[in-house]
Amino acid sequence: MTSDTTPIASIEQRLDAIQTVLQRQGMQPAEFINTFDELAHEHWVPANGAGLVARAWTDPTFKQLLLTDGMAAISEAGLSMPVHHRHFVVLENTVDIHNVICCTLCSCTAFTIIGLPPDWYKDLAYRSRVVREARTVLREMGLDLPAHTQIRVWDTTADTRYMVMPQRPAGTDGLSVDQLTALISKDALIGVALI
Amino acid sequence: MDGMHDLGGKQGFGKVLHGRDAVVFHADWEVRANALYSLAVKSGVFNMDEYRHAIERMTPQHYLTASYYERSLTSLATLCVEKGLVTHEELAQLAGGAYPLSMPVAAGRGNHANRTAFVPGDQVRVRDEHVAGHVRLPGYIRGKHGVVISQSPAYPFPDAHGHGLHAEDEPTYDVRFEAAHLWPQGAEAAQVHVAVFESYLELNV
Repeated sequence: MTSDTTPIASIEQRLDAIQTVLQRQGMQPAEFINTFDELAHEHWVPANGAGLVARAWTDPTFKQLLLTDGMAAISEAGLSMPVHHRHFVVLENTVDIHNVICCTLCSCTAFTIIGLPPDWYKDLAYRSRVVREARTVLREMGLDLPAHTQIRVWDTTADTRYMVMPQRPAGTDGLSVDQLTALISKDALIGVALI
Repeated sequence: MDGMHDLGGKQGFGKVLHGRDAVVFHADWEVRANALYSLAVKSGVFNMDEYRHAIERMTPQHYLTASYYERSLTSLATLCVEKGLVTHEELAQLAGGAYPLSMPVAAGRGNHANRTAFVPGDQVRVRDEHVAGHVRLPGYIRGKHGVVISQSPAYPFPDAHGHGLHAEDEPTYDVRFEAAHLWPQGAEAAQVHVAVFESYLELNV
């Protein structure tokens, strides 16, 4: 029995305890941790989303599909989303409109497509401020948008998931899809950086 | 619930930490925390809405001082206790120390009785409702009006799903709000798009 004065167990001890509980339920947690580790580090990578954007930049038919039926585009590209993500919306940046994604209530992302959320996306300051002072937050993060650019902030409050399609940079006409993919960062796919 | 998690528009936070191109995981235990709650969802112990709600039920003091993955772990442990997989006392014994959990759950609710469908272009108002349980309605749009841009596929209604209650799946709408309307004289110009469940909306007439 613990009392109010008992020191809190370390995070690792608390994690070990819950792993023991799941082990007793026959869920094979150790095996799943290995599976998850591989998925998170090798499969759920921003190169997935970057590849979709690069292909859309070079293939108008695919771009149309990506912008109008994101789930179909994902499927055609051989990618997938978890079953509870039922809609994938791609937001096209233009000369006049800049899109940026957030999740004020937690930190939801299209993680199989753009990777698990980075630190700053989970930061309480980003979650609280970006809906209310997007231009300042973006400038502080290194993206100083022209005054005429309309900013659209997308708060991920349901299981619809978003990805930003950045503008294709000038001078990239001769590049292959793979070369273009390599230019596109996770930050650009969330909308806090340009290419 | 009007929990600490509902951060949109809260003031007083400083610059966004960590800068750009940050890593996803900093330690092995973070990978384990993420994996274990995913495993519990995959195994049917609880669903994602219950998971989110158990995070929201952390005391504000704990929520604000816990890291992202400590919040994951706290939700996982809370739900394992609530679902009867283990007692709080035994968890503490296994961990060799106190094991802080989230606060008890309040009542959930079903779909709104007067739910109606909307089409793109509809002017809508977010119902001015305050609920004790899980809700995926950021407080900053409550009572505010916006315009429907598009409709998403139907999802489980979080106010019920987050409590293990049955309810009809319902559509969400991409609703566009003007930041100047959400925070009059207190926001920078932007259009804020929120995915809003049908039950949270009514026609703005």
